[in-house]
Amino acid sequence: MNKELTREERADALGGMGCKRKRVEDARFTQGKGNYVDDIKLPGMLQGDFVRSPYAHAKIVSIDASAALALDGVVAVLTAEDLAPLGLHWMPTLAGDKQMVLADGKVLFQGQEVAFVVAKDRYIAADAVELVEVEYEELPVLTDPFAAMESDVVLREDLLGEGGSLPDGAHGPRKHHNHIFTWEVGEKDATEQVLQEADVVAEEMVYYHRTHPCPLETCGCVASMDKVNGKLTLHGTFQAPHAIRTVVSLISGIEEHNIRVISPDIGGGFGNKVGAYPGYVCSVVASIVTGVPVKWVEDRMENLMTTAFARDYWMKGKISATKEGKITGLWCHTTADHGGFDACADPTKFPAGFMNICTGSYDIPTAYLAVDGVYTNKAPGGVSYRCSFRVTEAAYFIERMIEILAIELNMDAAELRRINFIKKEQFPYQSALGWEYDSGDYHTAWDKALKAVDYDGLRAEQAQRVEDYKAGKTRKLMGIGLTHFTEIVGAGPVKNCDILGLGMFDSCEIRIHPTGSAIARLGTISQGQGHATTFAQILATEIGLPADSITIEEGDTDTAPYGLGTYGSRSTPVAGAATAMAGRKIRAKAQMIAAYLLEVHDDDVEFDVDRFVVKGAPEKFKTMKEIAFAAYNQAIPGIEPGLEAVSYYDPPNMTYPFGAYVCVMDIDVDTGVTEIRRFYALDDCGTRINPMIIEGQVHGGLTEALAVALGQEIAYDDMGNVKTGTLMDFFLPTAWEVPNYETDHTVTPSPHHPIGAKGVGESPHVGGVPCFSNAVNDAFRAFGLRHTHMPHDHWRIWKTANGLGLHG
Amino acid sequence: MSNKKHIKMTVNGEEQEFLAEPRELLIHTLRERLNITGPHIGCETSHCGACTVTLNGKSVKSCTVFVAQADGADITTIEGLGNPDSLHVLQESFKEHHGLQCGFCTPGMITRASKLLEENPNPTEEDVRFGMAGNICRCTGYQNIVKSILAAASEMNAAKEAAE
Amino acid sequence: MIPAAFEYYRPKDMAGVLSVLQEHGDDARVLAGGHSLIPMMKLRMAEVPHLIDLQDVEGLGGISVDGDTVRIGAMTTQHDIIDNAALAAAAPIMREASLQIADPQVRYMGTVGGNVANGDPGNDMPGLMQCLDATFTLVGPDGERTVEARDFYEAAYMTDREDDEILTAVSFKAPKGGYAYEKQKRKIGDYATAAAAVLITKTDGKCSAASIAMTNLSDTPIWSEAAAEALVGTSLDDAAIAAAVAAMLGDIDPTDDNRGPVEFKRHAASIILRRAIETAWSRA
Repeated sequence: MNKELTREERADALGGMGCKRKRVEDARFTQGKGNYVDDIKLPGMLQGDFVRSPYAHAKIVSIDASAALALDGVVAVLTAEDLAPLGLHWMPTLAGDKQMVLADGKVLFQGQEVAFVVAKDRYIAADAVELVEVEYEELPVLTDPFAAMESDVVLREDLLGEGGSLPDGAHGPRKHHNHIFTWEVGEKDATEQVLQEADVVAEEMVYYHRTHPCPLETCGCVASMDKVNGKLTLHGTFQAPHAIRTVVSLISGIEEHNIRVISPDIGGGFGNKVGAYPGYVCSVVASIVTGVPVKWVEDRMENLMTTAFARDYWMKGKISATKEGKITGLWCHTTADHGGFDACADPTKFPAGFMNICTGSYDIPTAYLAVDGVYTNKAPGGVSYRCSFRVTEAAYFIERMIEILAIELNMDAAELRRINFIKKEQFPYQSALGWEYDSGDYHTAWDKALKAVDYDGLRAEQAQRVEDYKAGKTRKLMGIGLTHFTEIVGAGPVKNCDILGLGMFDSCEIRIHPTGSAIARLGTISQGQGHATTFAQILATEIGLPADSITIEEGDTDTAPYGLGTYGSRSTPVAGAATAMAGRKIRAKAQMIAAYLLEVHDDDVEFDVDRFVVKGAPEKFKTMKEIAFAAYNQAIPGIEPGLEAVSYYDPPNMTYPFGAYVCVMDIDVDTGVTEIRRFYALDDCGTRINPMIIEGQVHGGLTEALAVALGQEIAYDDMGNVKTGTLMDFFLPTAWEVPNYETDHTVTPSPHHPIGAKGVGESPHVGGVPCFSNAVNDAFRAFGLRHTHMPHDHWRIWKTANGLGLHG
Repeated sequence: MSNKKHIKMTVNGEEQEFLAEPRELLIHTLRERLNITGPHIGCETSHCGACTVTLNGKSVKSCTVFVAQADGADITTIEGLGNPDSLHVLQESFKEHHGLQCGFCTPGMITRASKLLEENPNPTEEDVRFGMAGNICRCTGYQNIVKSILAAASEMNAAKEAAE
Repeated sequence: MIPAAFEYYRPKDMAGVLSVLQEHGDDARVLAGGHSLIPMMKLRMAEVPHLIDLQDVEGLGGISVDGDTVRIGAMTTQHDIIDNAALAAAAPIMREASLQIADPQVRYMGTVGGNVANGDPGNDMPGLMQCLDATFTLVGPDGERTVEARDFYEAAYMTDREDDEILTAVSFKAPKGGYAYEKQKRKIGDYATAAAAVLITKTDGKCSAASIAMTNLSDTPIWSEAAAEALVGTSLDDAAIAAAVAAMLGDIDPTDDNRGPVEFKRHAASIILRRAIETAWSRA
């Protein structure tokens, strides 16, 4: 006989929320048995490849594909002319603009898709690409958004009205033919007045350079049109498979029930795989035309040059305070470089995403934000690279402005933050730019962080270092990077968040099997976050069956309930909530079954870890396993057989994770080389589902932040040529360049989330970037530096030092 | 195409013979011809290491090797390191220490680590970071990869000692 | 990234190599480790209709240390160099430099021959060879000849090697005294922002001989005779090092790239050289 387990032992046996459950995904990944898109091989499959523009702005004079078509093994060469009759030479973007699928008379950025070659294999396709002759006529190139707003050169003739007039864009009036939108939030006049009357105003242009999410797996798909049954199957690297299905249906005219979108294993996304790309459309068309499956997988250069850049925000800021350091107002005007098409991935009503979270962790009574989107001759995108929509930009902006204000006030930046934090008792807090922060305890987190790193000790050491430097004893400066960030994630409430009209709810459907195991399907898709592990933990706690007995399945639109996918740290806040809610529906029905089996009233039983017990008589119980079997084998009056539930969760609010980070950095003034001596990261993501996975997410997000802050960029020359097209120049750090991180946490649950969880995947990136950057800036504060732009690679740091006269 | 060559190689202990264009890249041979899809294509310019295999006893990026060069070679991929009934210590260790997230770099990472530990069974953390610097991971920040490899080294050494 | 098709040759001896080279002239290229050439072919920036794989050619491998003469066969990899105890004893700068090249996987494939013969200003071995005053052995249709490393490089990818010749070995006298290979780079796998190879001999507390070469700071490696001369006869006081650095700066001619503008590179070069001199002196 089994010994009676204690309550704790029973809970442990479930592997539910809060435990460091090992990942169920890892068995296949460690054995090389993952199934990524390029692993998919269908009978008769052809390979697609693009002819791309070498120019950033040019007219297409002619395209001659005859030599390519003559090559043995080439099946087709598609151009805009071929797509036009189907209306597919342009496609809608997520931002309300439209984008060329294949160059329609002109190209707007280097690497733009001009023709799509379809051949028997990728070698023949690559040879054929070389044989397509395209004649271009170069046009003047605009790579600077400020110059673009002044220029006579029209990038988007297709958006001009009659007689060159400027009809409204998707987000209202346009000021200039290269202007996309103006988005304004907050009180302009009141803010300007506050600034005017303030004791102190700090002003700075903060540029967040263009970069790229660069997941290790590039984007790709396999389109397979089954002409016999009229069904299209599309495998691909999609962070939002259902949305892709709807988009494909809308633009292709194929009815949605005849489209099956499958996201297989995804080799990292970080926002790169949210959008819809010309390669997907061309593959679908090519499969429809040829009647066989067509695969397209971009190479790394194509990935960096064309699919989904991130950032490129010029943020002009003013922040005002009393002389004691109490912030009175914040003003921001952002010039956003969107490239040739506005393909930003943001909820429809937010053309600059949630940039209006830029008041950060601070109680700022008056604020104003305006964002102008601008077209240039660069690749389209503007995705949220490991962050919720434009939240990284916002966090970087406010965390730089705070540091600059501290300089202006001659105050310690940690103290300035402390006196301006939103207080615990102010939550739920209405921000001046329109958000309702759900919960937070910033002072506790901040004090814990500063104590952990011995902040006062660090400052003393830094002061000594400055003395030593001045005395010629060292050539290394020490920077202390501080950041207290507040994110806004979990988009979002359907009342104000949609993408292409699709509300940003998410979903979970659960089926309990008779033997007490289960499958749950969600509208999200893991790209490494470990959903199959953590969502099973949520369910284990909610329904009392072991996590090991619960299969989590995502990414197949034929089986999963509709959902908006995984990005913007929305999986736990939205789909995680749906999972808990669906679990509770299961539990409610289980309660009735248990009561029937125990011959008591429904209200006389209560849930206890893995069973329902009769209140006051815990020896009388039915385990969830027994209840599951009964659901399929007993005729229970008034209760349908089976045990299944589905929940579509429309979150009442966003969640607001936060954190306190400290970075200690040594900088070689002469070479510009930086060394991270210490990095402490305290995250508060509310209820913690799996501490092991949270820690892994923090390590990864910080490393991506390190890369962005210290060197990673998509750089263009004046001709619009991409200068950083391979991993030689696009900085992805190796194990050698990355430090060990110290992680810590506080727990402030979200009051509106069923399990109190807030999401964590993006926090370390959002908080990490300003923290690394602040460390660099801080190192030079004693020598008069106010602000220097990222990326802080060797030569730029050297230039900063040089500009401060530190090279003698 | 015209100039196909007769190629012979041993992959994970199995002899393979086929005709291939010399320009075929070894990574494509493995993945498309032999359906060995553990090694992945990440950067294509020999920077990321996702395609790492062991070729004649060396850790090699198979995206930068022509199949003709590998004629006669002995190759081991992740698929040859362990099997579901008996995983390699490193495979177990990566699972145990959360040394992976999306899994895309993992086969190359583990394959490289196996060679590293063969050459240096007692690495320091610095040795591991330096010895693994030809493999890029975008998800983990390396901390748990380093931990996984160090733990595997200890375990392999303990097993060796126990056997002696 | 798919290379164009090519004819592939895998000769077993030098005669086989030479006959293909003679037949196809500059349409033919030899392949050693391939980690410079293959990426260029994949990007279709190098067109190679005839590719000669050297891996089976007899006599191209091996490291020999005979008295004070070091000979390294062209097909010797950086990994072999790092691994070779005799070489590490005779010329420790070879190991120090090799560890700073690329990454572990690339070092298993990258060869000395490829690194010195390619003429890529980013490669580390050419400067190192000039510093060591190495001699390259070339074999062509007219037989074998030798050329000094210091005379070999003409411009980026342009060397004294004829199209129908191949570089078979490098040899040099085991250096005496202190050494250092100092390299600044953005990350593992990158070429140098600036790199310096320095050899210094100390006699009675004074520098009696020196050799200095710089990498990736011109379209060829730069052996700076003037920089070395500035050190000879001094006890490497600040003035002497400053004079050496100034002399070096007179010899280099860097260009702007993603690693930074010229101004920065010149500064980095001076810092890297200064550090290399100090390290070499401390080991002398």
